[in-house]
Amino acid sequence: MREPKDSYLTNGYSLKSWLLTKDHKRIALMYLISISVFFFMGGLYAAAIRLELLTPGSDLLQSATYNKAFTQHGILMIFFFLIPSIPATLGNFLLPLMIGAKDLALPRINLLSLYLYWIGGLLTLYALMQGGVDTGWTFYTPYSTTFSNSYVMAVGLGIFINGFSSILTGLNFIVTIHTMRAPGMTWFRLPLFVWAHYATSLVMILGTPVIAITVLLLAIERVVKVGIFDPAIGGDPILFQHLFWFYSHPAVYIMILPGMGVISEVISSFSRKKIFGYEFIAFSSIAIAVFGFLVWGHHMFVSGQSIYAGLVFSFLTMVVAVPSAIKVFNWTATMYKGSISYDTPMLYAIGFLGLFLVGGLTGLFLGSVGLTVHLTDTYFVVAHFHYVMVGGQVIAYLAGIHYWWPKMTGKMYSEFWGKVSAMLVFVGFNLTFFPQFILGYQGMPRRYASYPAEFQVLNIFSTAGASVLGVGLLMPVVYLTHSIFAGKPAGDNPWMLPGLEWRTQSPPPTLNFDEQPVVTWEAYEFGEESGLDLEEARRAAGRPSVV
Amino acid sequence: MQTDSWIPLFPESASSFSWQVDALYFYLIGISVAFMIPIVAAIFWFVVRYREREKFATPDEIHGSIVLETVWSIIPFVISMTIFLGGAVVYYTQYRMPEDAMQVYVVGKQWMWKIQHETGQREINELHVPVNTKVKLTMTTEDVLHDFSIPAFRTKADVVPGRYTYLWFEATKPGTYHLFCAEYCGLNHSGMIGSVVVMEQNDFESWLQGNASNLTPVEQGRDLFENKLGCASCHAGGSGQRGAVLENIYGKEVKFVGGSSTIVDDEYLRNSILNPSSQVVEGYQPIMPTFKGQVTEEQLISLVAYIKSLSGVDASATAPSAPAAPAPAPANNMGSNSNQGGR
Repeated sequence: MREPKDSYLTNGYSLKSWLLTKDHKRIALMYLISISVFFFMGGLYAAAIRLELLTPGSDLLQSATYNKAFTQHGILMIFFFLIPSIPATLGNFLLPLMIGAKDLALPRINLLSLYLYWIGGLLTLYALMQGGVDTGWTFYTPYSTTFSNSYVMAVGLGIFINGFSSILTGLNFIVTIHTMRAPGMTWFRLPLFVWAHYATSLVMILGTPVIAITVLLLAIERVVKVGIFDPAIGGDPILFQHLFWFYSHPAVYIMILPGMGVISEVISSFSRKKIFGYEFIAFSSIAIAVFGFLVWGHHMFVSGQSIYAGLVFSFLTMVVAVPSAIKVFNWTATMYKGSISYDTPMLYAIGFLGLFLVGGLTGLFLGSVGLTVHLTDTYFVVAHFHYVMVGGQVIAYLAGIHYWWPKMTGKMYSEFWGKVSAMLVFVGFNLTFFPQFILGYQGMPRRYASYPAEFQVLNIFSTAGASVLGVGLLMPVVYLTHSIFAGKPAGDNPWMLPGLEWRTQSPPPTLNFDEQPVVTWEAYEFGEESGLDLEEARRAAGRPSVV
Repeated sequence: MQTDSWIPLFPESASSFSWQVDALYFYLIGISVAFMIPIVAAIFWFVVRYREREKFATPDEIHGSIVLETVWSIIPFVISMTIFLGGAVVYYTQYRMPEDAMQVYVVGKQWMWKIQHETGQREINELHVPVNTKVKLTMTTEDVLHDFSIPAFRTKADVVPGRYTYLWFEATKPGTYHLFCAEYCGLNHSGMIGSVVVMEQNDFESWLQGNASNLTPVEQGRDLFENKLGCASCHAGGSGQRGAVLENIYGKEVKFVGGSSTIVDDEYLRNSILNPSSQVVEGYQPIMPTFKGQVTEEQLISLVAYIKSLSGVDASATAPSAPAAPAPAPANNMGSNSNQGGR
């Protein structure tokens, strides 16, 4: 192996060279570390919740503490982990590489968005340390405006500021995808990861301002006592729910679309097959982004909105399920007649397919309005969204981290421990959340610190599963960190893949490419047309690996 | 009350429409299994059959198939429409209120359910109802959002401050069932639970007899109307009265200054007491003061019940009567009200 050349990692070692960098790759790494910290903290709250629910009584945590635990688990995970997770780390790192650009179109804005994320995050952490917040991550009025004595305003401000980080990132991605593509990189040669991020960015810049406005109105009511949401002073509490879900439902797609992008890449790459139905996957991302704005009312089927509004939202919810189904079929078809290897990213991706399938199908249960009257506000909902958010997005994020780790760090992690972790996460996840579907249909309500004794057995399963899941999720922290210092050099293109990000060195130089790449091949071209020297690679790899 | 199996998998099913919800649930489980099996089988088959045999192989390209894409777009769409329609039918049953139901009033409060029957019985965190009888709940809350949820009946509805929401059911099996607050409401949310006790008709009658000393909501409302709040001074004075005549207005259309109109219902009456100047009926001056802050939610329920009784709406399926409306008074309708005011 040759000596490592200069890379973005060796371009200055001072703190200042990191904190004032405009390099999208360094910013992505700083995001990666930050969101990992928030994920870890959110995970601690999850552990506390699962331990408390081991017994029917409210014995480990008092109600007041429990209410803060689930609220803060939700706030940290959603606003500070899931929303930035893939876009801010992998998206930030890879988007310019994948389209053959030197950086994002607006590098200073990119750094600004990181600082906004930090300011919002630190403010929120400060509020949590001061005493926390107990409104639920949904901040429903009038509890949040009039009745809660917790730090609602500080946390609201944290989320408000963090929202701008999200808006700026989305704006930056859209401008970059429009203006910075390399010669020959046409729209339909873009990797689907880029299409997914384009759709995500649309939702970010169109949806996030609404949550900012909502938080602002909440602040106005709480501080100046203008009646907006509180009926005691002339407001309407349902208005808050409309505004909140008008953002927060599309935000679900901010959380899952990038994961779908990762899965498209991983399944294609490790099947060495062109993705099946490229255009359909690309446009289904856009369709999800558009229809995602029209279904917010399905969070409010029992809130007192009219029967007819309920029916319309139920219909539209069914429509938005179709593009997701199309994606699953296309991913499966991509593996047909491929050459499938069982590397860690692929194991995660296959796990994603199973879990996302369950998450999507149970979404139909909840979209079917007569059924959801019974299911809403129960553990069925908790299980459903964890299947989509954790089984979907978090697993896709892990697939992506393992897939591009050699590119980001230049080092290869332990395949063995990678596979063990993928298996543990899959088993632990199902053991944690599948029993909750059954609990939900039995009627166990969400957000209960104590519960009737007949629900205990399934809760024990769930808590046992959570400990397996916890171990599975902690393992990558250990072996990935270890690989940075002691991993084998990965080489520029360890899997001989055609994407532009694999045609520069690992880790990439500060300006990404030594010379301007020109794209002459279609997306996902694994054969000779890609211009890769496969013969040489096969020889170097030695004997074929038959598993 | 609950199944005795070691791992309870299925809740008690005890209302007239709970079987519909269960049927929908099993239909969806069937659909899910029918989707999962082929997809998961295909994934396993492909993963094993097409596993890597040569490093960096280049299998033949397959670009996609318009036919397949069309088929697997249309089939899920059609199936999802059947799910939508099934859900819509059940939802309509759950949320369209029957006309001939027994009335019960519910006020949520951090962290208890206050319940009042038409006969005056009050209960806290317990609701006694007769079996095989339609029961309609008129609900509101004194503070934050709550949700009245009865899993065994497969229904629930949010309880919203500042307005009335409704829930109905017809219990089919005597027994005691969980009542949960299903909308997070603060500190002791998980303590806001109780039970719905479904009794045989006879048992229910004798349970009612046990507390017969209480005033009914209509009687309480009359007391508030005539004595405590002084409504009668403007609203019950015959020809010289300044306020609207309330006899027989329930269910009628009223026209507002400015041209709009509405049908008089519970929500309208409630709002007219709290925000009288927000909807002034044609022909009247906006002189009525607001009673916001002077009446509790429970008193409002009683007042509305009394005003309804003036129109002969007793809301009880069993005993329709018109205590306060004199029979030979055809002039006491909205049309004559407008004329009166116009003079």
